Amino acid sequence: MLDIKNLQVKAEGKQILKGIDLHVNAGEVHAIMGPNGSGKSTLARALSGHPEYEVTGGTVLYEGKDLLDMDPDERAREGVFMAFQYPVEIAGVNNAYFLKAALNAKRKHNGQPELDAMEFMQLIKEKSKLLEIDQSMLSRAVNEGFSGGEKKRNEIFQMALLEPKLAILDETDSGLDIDALKLVANGVNAMRAPDRAIIVVTHYQRLLDYIVPDYVHVLSNGRMVKSGGKELALELEKRGYSWIEAGVQPVGAQ
Amino acid sequence: MTQVAEKLQPWVAAIDQRPQGGPRWLQDLRDRAAARFTALGFPTVRDEEWRFTNVAPIVAAEFRVSEDETARVTEAELSAYLYSDADHRVVVVNGRFAPELSRLEGLPAGVRVGSLAAAVTDQPEVVQRYFGQLADFGTRAFTALNTALAADGAYVSIADGIILEQPLHLVFVSTNADAPVLTNARALIVAGDRTQARIVETFAGPRGAVYFTNAVSEIVAGENAVIDHYKVQEESFDAFHVASMHVHLARSATFSSHSFSLGGRLVRNDANALLDGDGAECTLNGLYLADGDRLVDNHTLIDHAKPHCPSHEIYKGILGGKARAIFNGKIIVRQDAQKTDAKQTNRALLLSDSASINTKPQLEIFADDVKCTHGAAIGQLDDDAIFYLRARGLTYFEARDMLIHAFAGDILERVRIESLKAALEGELYAQLAKDLAEIDAA
Repeated sequence: MLDIKNLQVKAEGKQILKGIDLHVNAGEVHAIMGPNGSGKSTLARALSGHPEYEVTGGTVLYEGKDLLDMDPDERAREGVFMAFQYPVEIAGVNNAYFLKAALNAKRKHNGQPELDAMEFMQLIKEKSKLLEIDQSMLSRAVNEGFSGGEKKRNEIFQMALLEPKLAILDETDSGLDIDALKLVANGVNAMRAPDRAIIVVTHYQRLLDYIVPDYVHVLSNGRMVKSGGKELALELEKRGYSWIEAGVQPVGAQ
Repeated sequence: MTQVAEKLQPWVAAIDQRPQGGPRWLQDLRDRAAARFTALGFPTVRDEEWRFTNVAPIVAAEFRVSEDETARVTEAELSAYLYSDADHRVVVVNGRFAPELSRLEGLPAGVRVGSLAAAVTDQPEVVQRYFGQLADFGTRAFTALNTALAADGAYVSIADGIILEQPLHLVFVSTNADAPVLTNARALIVAGDRTQARIVETFAGPRGAVYFTNAVSEIVAGENAVIDHYKVQEESFDAFHVASMHVHLARSATFSSHSFSLGGRLVRNDANALLDGDGAECTLNGLYLADGDRLVDNHTLIDHAKPHCPSHEIYKGILGGKARAIFNGKIIVRQDAQKTDAKQTNRALLLSDSASINTKPQLEIFADDVKCTHGAAIGQLDDDAIFYLRARGLTYFEARDMLIHAFAGDILERVRIESLKAALEGELYAQLAKDLAEIDAA
């Protein structure tokens, strides 16, 4: 589904990613871990097409197509979804209205009929239960005045609604208490499917107790330094990141 | 000075030809206003109240009150300015009441709506009591000019206790003429105690026409009255519009003003409210749009004279091209006005790098137990918000439209006449779409 080769990305004039390789198949959950400043979030944002992240080298194929050649909105309509680390507050735009516009933009792109208000509300009702999204969150402006936990729940709610093929969660767990974390993890687990891939970017192993990954990758200083199964996350939890940063040979362009 | 005096000369000559009819008190008022205008002359940018708005183009042009009694507006032309055909309306063409275009049937007893000139004769006690009393021309040249030339206009009086279900529409239309027309628009609205009404004042003219609307509206809100006022300024893009609204609120009166400024080449709106009774509540909201090299100047004044009065104010502007805007929001809290709660917000969205705004809150507080807050925010569209929307599949253009509509929607959604809201949305978004298309083409 996703094939990243030697990806190099600059942000604010600084080279952050120095050659990343990652292969993700449909049905898999990959965790990307790493210390602060390692480039985890840069990878997520570059994949979503954020204009402040400049790709300076490498290729990204998504379902065989050149992802880097697509505008951010095109990526979204093609089924790439990023849950933001810091969801943006949008004054004056009603959350339900926004969700309907997003959903219909995608449906239109896929040649499906747009949902009318009734159908949309029915769908919302169905999807909102799992994440305990209440009516007031839908009638307020997008993320405006939401607590940190509400914002993250709203992100996963959008993901549930938009049913992406490739979901990238950018530190969705940061700042969440354990109840909110479980709620969000349940929401993500419910989305696991043979035709969907999920990339979980996180600083902490804790989230991976609830969203159990198939693969774990460790980023350090803009490179993938270690890849393994879910047990790698546990090792990181025990030993921290320093042993990786200190001694281990970079995996390089494997 | 000689140059200024020279330029003023034709205006003084025009004032010498001012209307002479009506009762003694009215003639006296015109005479005093004429003398005042001659003494004041037009304001210049050295005048603090006009620092950013140069009215020289108005002074230089030969705007004259239309003598053409046959100037007519057809029903079809008028319909472009109406938001709904069901309401009662007063139509004033080039400053003169047009009975054939007005619709006054079926008004409840105790409600008088129509020609101001007729009311001078028919309801002399009301007109004499209020006309020219709120719109002080001592320091205001344009108000003095309007008062000196006062001949006719729109008149509304609502007797105590009457609740008007249907909105009233006052339509001030200017016509295209050989010589540039000066429309001396005047309105007097007297709402008695415990009355309730929604009143719309529209100012409009044919596309491309060059004319000058000099408008003065006086509004009296009696005790416990609830008045919603809507100003729709959709003048020709080549027209000049200088207007002042003066509102007097008695005890526990509630007055809400919604000002939509969409047209005009040079526009100055003054909105002045005097909270002159305990517990009166005033809202002044505004939304303005300008592009090209147009200028919109909003000056507001909320004068808290009595205790326990809340006031709310939100003005928002959307500027494209090289448009300029001025917002000056003055709030006075007098010594007696304890427990005042005044909030003012001013926001502007600049769609281009060449658009600009000068904004200034002005608080003068003489009481010690009051709450006054003000805030101003000026900026371009939020890039983070645009990216967030795009990351959810909306195109750049869809995202931008959504953000702009949200910005304006805040003011639009407070309009409590559905057909008017729909008409304003249509007009506003059509104009924005045109502006944005120009920006995208550049």
